[in-house]
Amino acid sequence: MNILVCISNVPDTTSKITFSNDNTSLNTAGLQYIVNPYDEIALSKAIGLAEGGKGTVTVINVGESTTESTIRKALATGADDAVRVNATPRDAWFVAHQIANYAKSKHFDVILTGRESIDYNGAQMAALVGELLSIPSVSTAKKIEIDSNMATIAREIEGGEEVLSIPLPLVAGTAEGVAEPRIPNMRGIMSARTKPLVVIDPIDVPVLSRIVRYETPEPRGTVALVNANDVGKLVDLLHNKAKVI
Amino acid sequence: MSVLVYAEHTAGSFRKPAYEAVSYAKAIADTLDTSVTAISIGPVDESELISLGKYGATTVLHVAANELKQFINQAYASVIAAAADHVDAPLVIISNSFSGKGLAPRVAAKLKGGLADGAVELPVFESGKLTVKKTAFSGKAFAMAELVSDRKVISLNVNTFEVREIGGNARVEAFNPQVAANDLTTVIQDIVRTTDSVSLPDAEIVVSGGRGLKGPEHWGMIEELAEVLGAATACSKPVSDAGWRPHSEHVGQTGITVSPKLYIAIGISGAIQHLAGVSSSKTIVVINKDPEAPFFKVADYGIVGDAFEVVPKLTAAIKAYKGD
Ligand SMILES: Cc1cc2nc3c(=O)[nH]c(=O)nc-3n(C[C@H](O)[C@H](O)[C@H](O)COP(=O)(O)OP(=O)(O)OC[C@H]3O[C@@H](n4cnc5c(N)ncnc54)[C@H](O)[C@@H]3O)c2cc1C
Ligand SMILES: Nc1ncnc2c1ncn2[C@@H]1O[C@H](COP(=O)(O)O)[C@@H](O)[C@H]1O
Repeated sequence: MNILVCISNVPDTTSKITFSNDNTSLNTAGLQYIVNPYDEIALSKAIGLAEGGKGTVTVINVGESTTESTIRKALATGADDAVRVNATPRDAWFVAHQIANYAKSKHFDVILTGRESIDYNGAQMAALVGELLSIPSVSTAKKIEIDSNMATIAREIEGGEEVLSIPLPLVAGTAEGVAEPRIPNMRGIMSARTKPLVVIDPIDVPVLSRIVRYETPEPRGTVALVNANDVGKLVDLLHNKAKVI
Repeated sequence: MSVLVYAEHTAGSFRKPAYEAVSYAKAIADTLDTSVTAISIGPVDESELISLGKYGATTVLHVAANELKQFINQAYASVIAAAADHVDAPLVIISNSFSGKGLAPRVAAKLKGGLADGAVELPVFESGKLTVKKTAFSGKAFAMAELVSDRKVISLNVNTFEVREIGGNARVEAFNPQVAANDLTTVIQDIVRTTDSVSLPDAEIVVSGGRGLKGPEHWGMIEELAEVLGAATACSKPVSDAGWRPHSEHVGQTGITVSPKLYIAIGISGAIQHLAGVSSSKTIVVINKDPEAPFFKVADYGIVGDAFEVVPKLTAAIKAYKGD
């Protein structure tokens, strides 16, 4: 079984997000980058599925050369090889075309993405790649089991889950529950240096959307404290002032 | 020409997110001087379909084909794209629900349209371009996305647009496009509802507990408070990691993003990753025994105190108030 895992390189979750003075670009100075937490789940699942000679795991990232340390981390965790499409990831549409284009040139039974990235978080990739390859996709998978050429996938729905059975090949966006994140061990880190990391050129994709400006949320006023012995006061404030109950 | 909106139903009934999406489509259609066509797929009663007129839909296309009874994103996307062609829609609106996330990108790709995912406001139109505000960085910021394609798709975050009732009945039309066998290979085996009460992503009030509650055996008081408020329950990440609560309740940067009218955080410190998922709540109440807890900095109301004492009192006070 050949598995492709899509990895995005995102600011660490503790990052404070700020923008340039004209609010058109992210201030990247001082930001630490990590493998998107959901992509770690996807990667860990892929490694589990391929273990014991049952398959191979390739990771792909669309990004500039600065993302290579993130890609090496994925290799250290246990991926067999990696591909970097040498481009600035403009938007999900652009990235999905690069991934689908690469996937077409190989044969992958399973393509995994994270359910969303924690930076641009469109949660688009699984469905877009599925559409571009004309294969099924599941966007918020909580459980994935594969038995020869059929997958059983539980996906999140509001207030519950839906269990699907889908023939391979397919694309799934992984959420928590799919696998425990794996951490690279020393042997992994050593071997990651020599594993293949191929760099390929992007294909042209028409521009359909662009981000013109960012905004940060309005700061809230200072908190109004209510005495712990006077919870009635809180009920009153929520009803009469905030008007939310 | 008509703005197309996909009205998602649960077991034959529309819920608030569908009304929000239709209301949103109506507001846009008014700006564009056109009408709203809704599309509903699967078994839904005629009276339910007609009721979408209350929120501004002139026509409802109803797809009743047997093989489309249950949600298969690949097939539903083909049907919605066909409907967009049928009514010559410049714009398609889809709710950013779990199902919507599997649908909107596929519809956009079929229409070669730009997709604004997770919109939180009405778009602005200017010389053929559309700009709309959407969430980014998991709630830490917003992005203004400009769609430059001919046809456009917006997925609307739930709880961000007011439902507007304007009265009227919609006209229901049967719509039966061809669906390719390749779109129908997914089979739904089972639908498991884990909660009969309020679903977290579209709840108007959320009561959330953190590690301060010490263990799963103390969640009874959280559930009681949620019940008197008609709220959904949620938790911080360590709580679901420890298995005290299911993962589907974990809110934050790496969990569910919520935007209720009221978010009550109990025994949660307010780490940046947690705040990311709740910062667009209208009103935030924090109950924490540590006056220095960072959550107080972003709260509207706070009680410094022991949750085990405060929460039962609060539940009683709300019960008393509701009893009036
Ligand atoms: C990659 C990454 C992603 C993450 N994503 C998320 C995320 O999406 N969501 C999330 O929530 N976290 C996330 N976290 C974890 C986050 O950093 C915090 O560790 C977490 O939010 C803390 O949870 P907590 O507030 O429940 O626990 P704690 O930080 O332990 O806080 C417990 C609070 O309870 C209070 N307390 C204790 N006893 C009482 C009492 N009797 N009465 C009242 N108050 C009491 C304490 O004063 C304290 O403020 C992430 C972390 C990482 C590294
Ligand atoms: N630049 C990228 N390169 C490779 N994969 C990506 C990239 N951006 C996003 N992805 C994948 O798509 C998923 C969803 O991202 P998004 O649609 O941005 O929320 C991520 O979890 C990754 O698996």
